[in-house]
Amino acid sequence: MNVLTEAATEKALVKKMNEINYKMVGQDVSVYYGDKRALFDVNLGVRDNTVTALIGPSGCGKSTFLRCLNRMNDTIQSAKVTGRITLDGQDIHDPSIDVVELRARVGMVFQKPNPFPKSIYENVAYGPRIHGLARSKPDMDQIVESSLQKAGLWNEVKDRLNEAGTGLSGGQQQRLCIARAVAVSPEVILMDEPCSALDPIATARVEELIHELRANYSIVIVTHSMQQAARVSQRTAMFHLGHLVEEDDTDKMFTNPNDQRTQDYIMGRFG
Amino acid sequence: MSVGSIVLVLLVLAVIGYFLGRGRSLSAAKRDHVKLHSLPGYYGQTVALFVAVPAFLLLIVWLFIQPVLIESRVNEMLPDSVIPEGGARSLVMADVRQIAGGLDAVLNRTGLTEEALDDGRLDVSNVRARLAEVGVALGSDVPTEVYEAAKTYRRSADTGDLLMAIAVIGTALGLGVWALMRISPKMRARNVSENFVLALLIGSSTIAILTTAGIVASLVFETVNFFKMYPASEFFFSTVWNPQFRGGSELGIWPLLWGTLYISLVALLVAVPIGLMIAIYLADYASQSLRSLAKPAIEILAGIPTIVYGLFALITVGPFLRDWIAQPLGLGNSSSSVLTAGLVMGVMIIPFVSSLSDDIINAVPQAMRDGSYAMGATQSETIKRVILPAALPGIVGAILLAASRAIGETMIVVLGAGAAARLDLNPFEAMTTVTVKIVSQLTGDTEFASPETLVAFALGLTLFVITLGLNVLALYVVRRYREQYE
Repeated sequence: MNVLTEAATEKALVKKMNEINYKMVGQDVSVYYGDKRALFDVNLGVRDNTVTALIGPSGCGKSTFLRCLNRMNDTIQSAKVTGRITLDGQDIHDPSIDVVELRARVGMVFQKPNPFPKSIYENVAYGPRIHGLARSKPDMDQIVESSLQKAGLWNEVKDRLNEAGTGLSGGQQQRLCIARAVAVSPEVILMDEPCSALDPIATARVEELIHELRANYSIVIVTHSMQQAARVSQRTAMFHLGHLVEEDDTDKMFTNPNDQRTQDYIMGRFG
Repeated sequence: MSVGSIVLVLLVLAVIGYFLGRGRSLSAAKRDHVKLHSLPGYYGQTVALFVAVPAFLLLIVWLFIQPVLIESRVNEMLPDSVIPEGGARSLVMADVRQIAGGLDAVLNRTGLTEEALDDGRLDVSNVRARLAEVGVALGSDVPTEVYEAAKTYRRSADTGDLLMAIAVIGTALGLGVWALMRISPKMRARNVSENFVLALLIGSSTIAILTTAGIVASLVFETVNFFKMYPASEFFFSTVWNPQFRGGSELGIWPLLWGTLYISLVALLVAVPIGLMIAIYLADYASQSLRSLAKPAIEILAGIPTIVYGLFALITVGPFLRDWIAQPLGLGNSSSSVLTAGLVMGVMIIPFVSSLSDDIINAVPQAMRDGSYAMGATQSETIKRVILPAALPGIVGAILLAASRAIGETMIVVLGAGAAARLDLNPFEAMTTVTVKIVSQLTGDTEFASPETLVAFALGLTLFVITLGLNVLALYVVRRYREQYE
């Protein structure tokens, strides 16, 4: 009887999994930095047109998991990733997948705004240029304009596209970085604490932007701010000491989490 | 008392002062039952500094001023009649100094006393022979006036030295005692020694700046002399370099400047691409352990004496280029050539480019790389489109530094490119550079009175202006680079 129920639950779960459109799925993802294990068998999916927030105390592995999703850990020599991560059902570690193409489909915005020391225009045009997305100058102009518009920056910079991107304010720089990521039409955008270096007004601006971007992209955001996770995300995943504690609808996580650790963390009892 | 022993006495006094000051501060604190403002060592340091530093400065100043005063006094004793026809007063002064030094040696060697100078045992008639005995050779017999001047010179110098010893050690003792008396627990000894350190640092930087100013001043002074004898328009616009010893030289700078620029250009063509690629490899591709091995290994190149490079150019590279390239192509049969010197010099300055560029490339924040990789750029795309443009100003600075090093190089050119001043495009021809000609114009028995020798200063000044310009440019570029990530 018991066995039967378990099997039924399993079946129901699989059925549910199939109903939901997962953009990316991580199965048993573990990460080692040299001898140190940073992530323990994480199973986590990223849904289509959904903002997924990764929360947890510092060093819990949420950024590490994020960096697995576009294989940014490849750039760290000592890092080793095991487990299976798929994008639209395709293993991203498969030899047939080119990391260049993967990163074009899974864009990333960093904690600290890192515009290149180039003009605003060139910053946005960077990705389209290396991927050969624009055939002509008007094409490129079009891409740059629409990307800046999507990032809500167009009106502020349209008259000074040739000025240095590094000359913008912090919040503008971060939106420039979002525009840069958007310019190659990714399907998923990863954001690693995108607002931690910004003031509250710039933060509100970026959060608004995340709301708008959700219509077209799947977004995964790492954040230390509970309020931010509650405001921008639909799904929340809680990490602790390299383990995924739980993952659920944001509303449920913030009102009635299953795990005591989640509750403690959200209430501010640790971390 | 010799300068060395005065310095030794100062050091001993300073050490004594240190312990006295330290002890006094401790006992004062004990007596008054108060806490010292500073650590006891600072009180000792204060006393030691007061003992040593002012006295030492006085010593230095004295050493500079005393000879000037004595010489002007002795100079008055020399009538014009003792100056030989066509000779200079400074030559006679040199004789005076030599005789004065010789007299000291004679007295030391023979055990004669000071009186011997006055009672005729040692006088103008036999002084030449006596000096010869102790190894001081004089060119001719000594005129009475010169001998008398030498004696005065000796006495003044002796008196001066004695006064100096008294003044210096007196200053040390006086200031030391004064500093000791001032010690009380409330005295801010830490601040005093802090200020002393500051003054010391400022003093050191002043010396560096004053030296530069002095070098420029002497160059400018002699260059002005040169242009009084030789027209500046000839110097700057003539294309012939043909110095003659009997006058009528043609001293156009262009053949030399051309050689300098040509050889430096070849050197940079070698060093910049190789150095840059080394830098990129070390900064972005090489593993940490390889980098920590390879970088010092490459920097060894900069530590090899240039004369060794010159030998390499002379016996290996030069003949190789001649036998395998120049002669088969019919481009010349000189083993000294622009290409030889340029190639070897290029190897020498590789580390300047690679090491500095490596540091600069490394200084480009990791965030730039991450940003580029996250856009799907490959490593070489990232380097080409983000890292190099970001590091470019710094790299230009490194290249300019290497260029000024190449322009100033002498030994490699002498051995590798020869000494023939020539305006030619053929890189297999022997040519020469400004620095080489400066050396050759000043080598041998020369006096600084003819345009042939003074031209060296004009050449030096031109070179100085060029390298200074390059350095200023490099500094400016590097400073702009610094602003970029702030």
